[in-house]
Order: sequence, then C-alpha cells, then structure tokens
Amino acid sequence: MAKKRVEKKEASTPMEILKVDDVAYTTLLTKKFRERKKYEPNDPKKVTAFIPGTIVGVSIKKGSKVNANDKLIALEAMKMVNQVATPMDGVVKKVYVKVGDIVAKNQLLLELE
Amino acid sequence: MGLKEKTSDLKMRMRHALKGGGDKAIEKQKAVGKLTARERILALLDPKSFHEYDLFVEHAAKDFDMDKKYLPGDGVLTGTGTLSGHPVCIYAQDFTVAGGSLGWMHAKKITKIMDHALKLKVPLIGINDSGGARIQEGVNSLAGYGEIFFRNTLASGVIPQISVILGPCAGGAVYSPALTDFVFVVDKISKMFITGPEVIKSVLGEEISMEALGGARVHCETTGNAHFYAESEEQCFSQIKKLAGYIPWNNTRKAEHFPKKSPKTRQYKIDQIISEDPKEPYDVRDVIKSLTDDSDFLEIMELFAQNMVIGFGRINGETVGFVANQPLVLAGVLDVDSSDKAARFIRYCDAFNIPLITLVDLPGYLPGVDQEHAGVIRHGAKVLYSYSEATVPKITLILRKAYGGGYIAMCSHHLRADFVFAWPTAEIAVMGPEGAANIIFRKEIATAKNPDKMRQEKVEEYKEKFANPYVAAAYGYIDAVIEPNETRKILIHALEISAEKDVSMPTKKHGIPPF
Repeated sequence: MAKKRVEKKEASTPMEILKVDDVAYTTLLTKKFRERKKYEPNDPKKVTAFIPGTIVGVSIKKGSKVNANDKLIALEAMKMVNQVATPMDGVVKKVYVKVGDIVAKNQLLLELE
Repeated sequence: MGLKEKTSDLKMRMRHALKGGGDKAIEKQKAVGKLTARERILALLDPKSFHEYDLFVEHAAKDFDMDKKYLPGDGVLTGTGTLSGHPVCIYAQDFTVAGGSLGWMHAKKITKIMDHALKLKVPLIGINDSGGARIQEGVNSLAGYGEIFFRNTLASGVIPQISVILGPCAGGAVYSPALTDFVFVVDKISKMFITGPEVIKSVLGEEISMEALGGARVHCETTGNAHFYAESEEQCFSQIKKLAGYIPWNNTRKAEHFPKKSPKTRQYKIDQIISEDPKEPYDVRDVIKSLTDDSDFLEIMELFAQNMVIGFGRINGETVGFVANQPLVLAGVLDVDSSDKAARFIRYCDAFNIPLITLVDLPGYLPGVDQEHAGVIRHGAKVLYSYSEATVPKITLILRKAYGGGYIAMCSHHLRADFVFAWPTAEIAVMGPEGAANIIFRKEIATAKNPDKMRQEKVEEYKEKFANPYVAAAYGYIDAVIEPNETRKILIHALEISAEKDVSMPTKKHGIPPF
C-alpha cells in the first residue's frame, strides 16, 4: 500500500530541471531539496542566539556603545547561563529581545551599527 | 500436593501472568489501534511456533513502594519460534504492564534472549512499545539500556537484528533500534525521538506534535532512521516475513535458495526502459525488475533519499543486493543522504554474504552550499569505503551516465568490482559533455565569432569522442560492453562464477570508516 502512495505522489509531481556541470537534467525534485536552506553570509553586525534558550539578562539598550567581546545578553540554555558577546566595536541599533523571551537557535537578538 | 495439584497450581500461575496489564489496560491498547505484545508475536511468528521463557520473572525494585507492585513478566515477553520456517529469538515489550517501562529485570529478560540469539546464531527480533526508563528504578534502568546497546553492537554483522517500533520508543531507548539492521515502523503507531514535544516546548518554545516530530513518516522520509513504512501492524508483519526470506540466519550462511523464476518480461522490457538522451529520466526500479526472478524486488528505505535505490531481489533463486542510482529523482545524484543510505546497505550485504549488483546512471554529486556544509565529502567517502572493503561478489552495470567522482564511487574496477559491464548507451567520462566542453574549449568558445554555435560544435565533438563506453573499455576499466537483452544471462554467469570468491583484507582490528 505504501508503494501505491509513492507512485501517486510521483504522478502528481511535475518533472523539473536540475543542472549538474552545465547539463540540464529532467527529473523529480525532493521535498528535502526544495526546503534546503539558502546560504547567507555571516553578518557581524547581527548578533544571533548560538543555542536555543531563555533570555535571563539584557545589559544594553538602543544607543549603547559597546566594545568587542562585551557581554551583552545572558542566555540560559540546558541549565547553563551563557553570555552572548559582541563580535565588534559599535553602537547598538536595536535590541530584539527582553528578559523572559524564549529564543530559537540563530534567532536575531540585537543589531549593531 | 500431588502432581495433579501442582500442575493446576502452575496453570493458575500462568493464567495470572498471561493476563498482562489486565483488561482495562488491554482495552486502552486496543483503542489506539494496537495489538497486545502476545498478539503481535503470535501474528508474526509461524502458528504454534512461539515458546515463551521467563514468564514468571518479577521486578526487584524496592523504592517508591514498588515492592508492593506486581508487574506480570515485568512488562516484556521473550521467547523463540520460527518466522517463515527460520528460527528466531524474539522479545516484545508489553505496554499494558507499567507502560512497558524498562526496569532492571525487564532489561535482564531482553539481554538474556539477546545472548541466546548470538550464541545460537539466529536472528533477533525486538518489538518496541515502551514509555521509556522506569523512573522508580533509577540508575538500574539506565544500566539495563546500556547492557542492551552493548549486545546490539556485539551482534551487529553476526546475526540479523530487526527492530519493530509499535508504540513509543523515546529517549535513550531509541538507540537500540538505531544499532540494529532494519527498523520497521507503522503509521500513527510508531513514535521515536530523543527529546519529546513537551521538553522541546518548555526549553525552546517550539510546538510540535509527536507525529510531526518522530512519527513513522518522518523517520522514513526525513531522518532515514527507519527502513520500512507500513500503514498497519498487519502490513508491517508481512513486510518482516518477506525480508526474512531474503537474508541468511547468520553471517556464516548464505541466504535461502529459492526456485528459479524468469522475470516478467512482458511487463518489464529491458531494452525499452531507458531513454537514449542522458538528460531524460526513467525509473531504475523497472530495470531491476526486468532482471530479477519473477520481477520481485524488496525495496529498502523506499521513501528516504529516493535518488538512490537499494533493496533485495533474486537472480536464479539467489538473493542479491541492488544499489542503483535513480535518474527519476534529483537526476540520480550522489548527496549526503543517498551516500549514507547506500553505504550502510553495502556493508550489510558484505557482512551477510549477499552479492552486490550496482546499476550506474548518475551525473555526479549534487552541487550546493548546503551539501558541502553538511559534509558531503565525509558522507560521500562512506560509499568508497564500503565498496572497497566489501569482499562479496561485486558486479557493476553501467546503464548510461557514469561521470566524474560518481563513476569511481559506484563500484568501479578501481574499488575492486569483479565484473564491470556497460550497455552501449553508457557514457564514462570525467564530466558531462557540456561542462567538459566549456572548460576544455574555453578559449575557442570565447574568441569565436558566434560563441554559442562554437560551444554547440565543441559539445558535439566531445560527445562524439568521449560520451561512450569504448574509451574506458580500451583501458580495460569495462570488462564487456553488452546488449541490454543479454544482461540477465550475463549476470547469472558472473554470479555463478564468483560463488566461491575468496579475497582477504590486510589484518587489522577494524578500519576507521568516515562515520
């Protein structure tokens, strides 16, 4: 029965083009391939959560002057309080989180300028 | 008490133990569409073949008033029996008894039957349906899991190990199935995860249902943790029976020989399946079915990394393992998932004396940042490693494209294939004609009055010279270029002549494959 389901899916999915080494192949694409993450270059001005967890401390606000490696946000995850530091000198442009917020991995916490 | 009284006392004790968790708990089990542990074993094994042991085992926990509780069989059934005539050791967790939770004696029953299976060299089947560790038993419960995982590892590659997930299997418990050879799951019934939806919600604030997190479909389609997907327990059992027919009882035997049958040639016409244009797709499973006895093919991991097809078929009554690129999906490229899928299967076949037939038609590796960053180098290397290491008969058939690194990886002569055959449609080249022409004739194309026309000419020129099997054949990298209609005959001969193949590898404790 599982087989029948697969074949049905194939019949309703239109063929698409996949290019490998300049050759365009007609083929089906998979859900995983379609949903693959697009690459985004790292922007040091955007500070993100490196682990999912809860914000337990925010020591800066908009306009704060910060130096590289300053500890700005305390992020509790897996029973540990982690300090989120700035990668560079700058001024805080916007803070996106407050104490108590639950954040996902890679969620934007604050922006520098 | 005389014998009569003692016998009736035994019967009474058995009746008591056989009740499991009692009517109410059984009713609950049925309400969610599940069979009881005993019903499952009886449905799977041959009629009247099941012999149960350790029925009177009781738990030994004392804390938290556990000493006042009676848990029949400590929540797990163990025994021996036959499956389609093959002897097997089996255990089934009983969710009706304390949620099938794993305590020390529960684990002891499982490890005892595992030791049995390994000693008797018969397959082990584990039916998982458990809420997880029995919290009241604390570290003893963890010890129980550890003892099971250790034995799974010892038995790996010695006896077939089959895991059937017919309920929850969460936390550490999932590592036993993960260490076994084949994992069977059933829609809406199987649930596997390390951390459940509740923990994920409280820690991360992400809401997800059990089904979406670790249901049968997810493990068959996305994670690749499960190998066979069924819509009911009944269908699942028939899949297990079918698989049992294809694999040997242990690593010193060969799979059972079945009566020879011809492929259904009217349905699967081998010379009409592939299109000559290497850019056009077709279903490689049709090629497999045009070669196997009765056109029968048991596909494994049908829903995961569909750009690679793996599974068992028979040729002249003997089991063979097929590994085939699937041009129908993602043009049949190698990528992280398909490499992983193929590599493990190759090692399974090698461990259990199952000859490998590799069908090649791939444009190369899937380009993309996501692939590179996901470690396609390391994962792709698994395919090279497993083919190189495999000492079972290895027969390769190049149907159409065999470009670049993909050509090497798909069991080329260089990885010690015993026979490499190619159809006249084969193209063995360092890359596709378009890409190659763009590089080799870059200057000519750039300086031409009409670059597009020049490119087209150069592509044609390259195709003419290199997009064929004869360049590789001239170096002896292809043993024979064969007509599609002759393929089965040639494969039969190649398998027969390699039946006594004997090669040995350098002495070592074990290799270090790029896990």
